[in-house]
Amino acid sequence: MGWTRKDLLAMRDLDAGEILLLVDTAASLQEIATREIKKVPALRGKTIVNLFYEASTRTRTSFEIAGKWLSADVVNFSASGSSTAKGESFIDTAKNIAAMSPDVVVVRHSSSGAAALLARELPCSIVNAGDGTHEHPTQALLDLLTIREKKGHFEGLHVAIVGDIAHSRVARSNIHGMRKLGMTVTVAGPPTLIPPFVQELGVKVAYRLEDAIRDVDVIMMLRLQHERMAAGLIPSLREYARYWGLSLDRLARHARPDALIMHPGPVNRGIELSPEVADGPYSVILDQVTKGVAVRMGVLLLLAGSKGGDGA
Amino acid sequence: MSLLLRGGRVIDPANGVDAVQDVLLAEGRVARVGPGLEAPAGAEVLDVTGKVVCPGFVDMHVHLREPGFEYKETVATGTRAAAAGGFTAVACMANTHPVNDNGAVTDYILAKAKVEGVVRVYPIGAVTRGLRGEELAELAELAEAGCVAFSDDGKCVQNAGLYRRALEYTLPFGVPVISHAEDTTLCQGFAMNEGVVSTEIGLPGAPAAAEDVMVARDILLAELTGAHVHIAHLSTAGAVRLVREGKARGVRVTAEVTPHHLVLTEEAVRTYDPNTKMAPPLRTKRDTEALVEALADGTIDCVATDHAPHALAEKEGEFDRAAFGIVGLETAVSLLLDRLVRPGLLPLATLVSRLSRDPARLLGLPGGSLAPGAPGDVTVLDLEQAVSVDPRHFRSRSRNTPFAGLTLTGAPALTLVGGQVVRP
Repeated sequence: MGWTRKDLLAMRDLDAGEILLLVDTAASLQEIATREIKKVPALRGKTIVNLFYEASTRTRTSFEIAGKWLSADVVNFSASGSSTAKGESFIDTAKNIAAMSPDVVVVRHSSSGAAALLARELPCSIVNAGDGTHEHPTQALLDLLTIREKKGHFEGLHVAIVGDIAHSRVARSNIHGMRKLGMTVTVAGPPTLIPPFVQELGVKVAYRLEDAIRDVDVIMMLRLQHERMAAGLIPSLREYARYWGLSLDRLARHARPDALIMHPGPVNRGIELSPEVADGPYSVILDQVTKGVAVRMGVLLLLAGSKGGDGA
Repeated sequence: MSLLLRGGRVIDPANGVDAVQDVLLAEGRVARVGPGLEAPAGAEVLDVTGKVVCPGFVDMHVHLREPGFEYKETVATGTRAAAAGGFTAVACMANTHPVNDNGAVTDYILAKAKVEGVVRVYPIGAVTRGLRGEELAELAELAEAGCVAFSDDGKCVQNAGLYRRALEYTLPFGVPVISHAEDTTLCQGFAMNEGVVSTEIGLPGAPAAAEDVMVARDILLAELTGAHVHIAHLSTAGAVRLVREGKARGVRVTAEVTPHHLVLTEEAVRTYDPNTKMAPPLRTKRDTEALVEALADGTIDCVATDHAPHALAEKEGEFDRAAFGIVGLETAVSLLLDRLVRPGLLPLATLVSRLSRDPARLLGLPGGSLAPGAPGDVTVLDLEQAVSVDPRHFRSRSRNTPFAGLTLTGAPALTLVGGQVVRP
C-alpha cells in the first residue's frame, strides 16, 4: 500500500497500515546514518521549511539533518528575530512562506491545532512537529521504531506512560499509535496531571508508580514542566520526585528486568528520572534520538518524494 | 398610515391565538386582529397566505459593540442584522468601550439607535464599574437613563458579597440582573468544554461545574435578596436542573439559551475552527438534549443569540488565541425552525413564545403581543423557504459563524417595527 496523505498531522488520523508504512520506511533509511557519505538524492530540488514557533533543539535539528541527508534544501524559520516579532500573524507568516513554494513545511507551535490550521490554508505538505498539547506524531513514530527494534514486535506489548499526561502531546500521539498497533497502554501520574476521560482513549489509569510499572515491557517517563507547580497542580518538585521519580531501587523492586526505559527529552535528571536510570543498561533514550532522524527522513520522503521524486 | 397583513396563520401566545387571521396595523400599533378584516382606505395590503405571523421577536442578548468596537459592529449594522434575522428588538450588552456603566454611555447608545437603528434597542447597564467586578456601577442613573437590565456579561462577578449588594440595590428598579455564570477559578485559560474531546485535541477545558457552581450561587443569592436573577446563555444539564429546582421553590430565576448551544456540541471543535469557540463553550449531546427539553417545558424562558461579532483577524488563527463568540442574529430563526421545529422537538407555538412574549415579559418591554394597542412589531415566517447560510451576505459587519454553508428550511420573511416593514 502507498502513502496518499498530503500532511502528517496526528497519529489519531492514521490507520495501522499507514503507521507501519511510516515505521518500515524509517527502518529502511536507518543505514544512511552509517554511510561515510550521508547523502541520497531522493529529495533533490525539494524545499523544506522548518517553521518553529517554540524553542526546540532536538526536533528541529533532527528534521534539518533528515532533510539534508535526503538532499532537500532546508530553511529554518524561528519565531524570534522574524516578522513575528513585528506583529505579523501566524497565518500571514505561513502564507508568505507558502508564496515561496516550499514542498514541505514542518511546524512546531504552542497552540493545539496550529498544524491543522496550516494544512487547511496552505497547498504544500505540512508535518506537525508538535502542536500545543495535542500531538507530536514523529515523536511517537520514533518511539515505535525504537520499541520494535528492541522488542521485535508491537502486538501484545504493555507500555506505561508516566508523568504529566494532561499537557503531553507525546503521550497523546503514543496512545493513539500504540493502541492501533495492538499494544496495551497504562497512563500514570498524580490525578491532577491525568486528563479527564482519558480512559475513553482506550488506556488504563494508575495512580501509583509501583502499579504502573509492574509487568510492563516499556516504561516511558515524561518531562515534568516546572510551571505545573506554579499552576498548583502538584505541591512541590520534591514531592513529585519522591513519589513519581523513577529510581534504580524502584525499578529493581517493581519492574521487569528487561523493561525498556524511554524518555522524549529533555530529561530533568533527579526529578522524573534518576541519573543512574537515565544512563542505565535498559535506557534507550539516545537510541530514540538516533531513530528520530530516520523517522523524519521517512516522513519527508513519503510526503515530498511521492510525486516526482528521484527515489531513494 | 396603515398596513394589513392578510391571510397568514397568526400565532400570538400572549393572547392564546393560533388561527388564520388578518392583522391590521395603524399608527405604529396593532389596530385589530381577526378573520376577514377590511382594508381601510389607503391601507397597504400584504398577502401573507401560507406564512406565519408572530409578535416581533426580541433578542435579549446581543453585542452591538458601539461605542468603541465599531470595526466589529455598530448600532446601524447590528440592528440591520437583527431586522434581517426577524428580530424587532434587541437588548445590547454593556461591554463596549467605554463600558456602559454610566448614564452618558446609555444616552449615546439610545441616541445612535434613534438615528441609525432600524429595530428597537434596549441597553443593558454594567453591574460593576468597568466590568471589573470590584465596585458597583451607578446603577440608579443607568436605570433612569433607560437600561432594561444589568449585567457584566462577558465577565462574571466573582465576589459573592458584591453581587449580593448589586441584587439588593437594583430591587427598586424592577429589572433583572443577568448572570454570565462562570467561576473563573475553575476554568482558567479554557478554550472549550472539558471532556473527552478536549483531552483528545489538547485544548484546555472548562468543566460544566464552572457554570453550575455560579448558577447555584446566583440562585441562592436571588433567594436571599428576593431579586430577579436571569441566567444568560445557560449551557449545561446541571444548570438546567438547578434552575428547574429554583423555580419550583419560587425563586425569581429565569434563563435563556442560545441557538448554538441547542444545536451544536463539543464535537464541532475537532476542526479547530475558531468559529466554534465561545463562552460558555459548546457542551455535550447530553447537555443539548437537556436544553431542548428545558426550553420546551419552560424551565428555560427564552432564546437569545448572544450575537458576538468579531473581525476576521480575531477569529481566523490559532484556536487558543481566538476571541470568544459568534454572530447569531441572522441565523437564529432558521436554525431553530430547521433543527428544532421541523424534527418535532419543539412546537412552533412554543418557539414563537420563547422568541417574543417570554423575553418581552422578562424584561418588562412593551412588545411580545399582538393585542390591539400593542406596538406594531411583527415577525412573519416562511416555514418552507430554504436558505443557505452565506456569511458574505450578512448585514452584520462580522462574519464569524460556524454555520456557513448550511442549508436550512424556514426563515423570517418580513420584519415590521412600529407598523412599518423594515428593509435591512
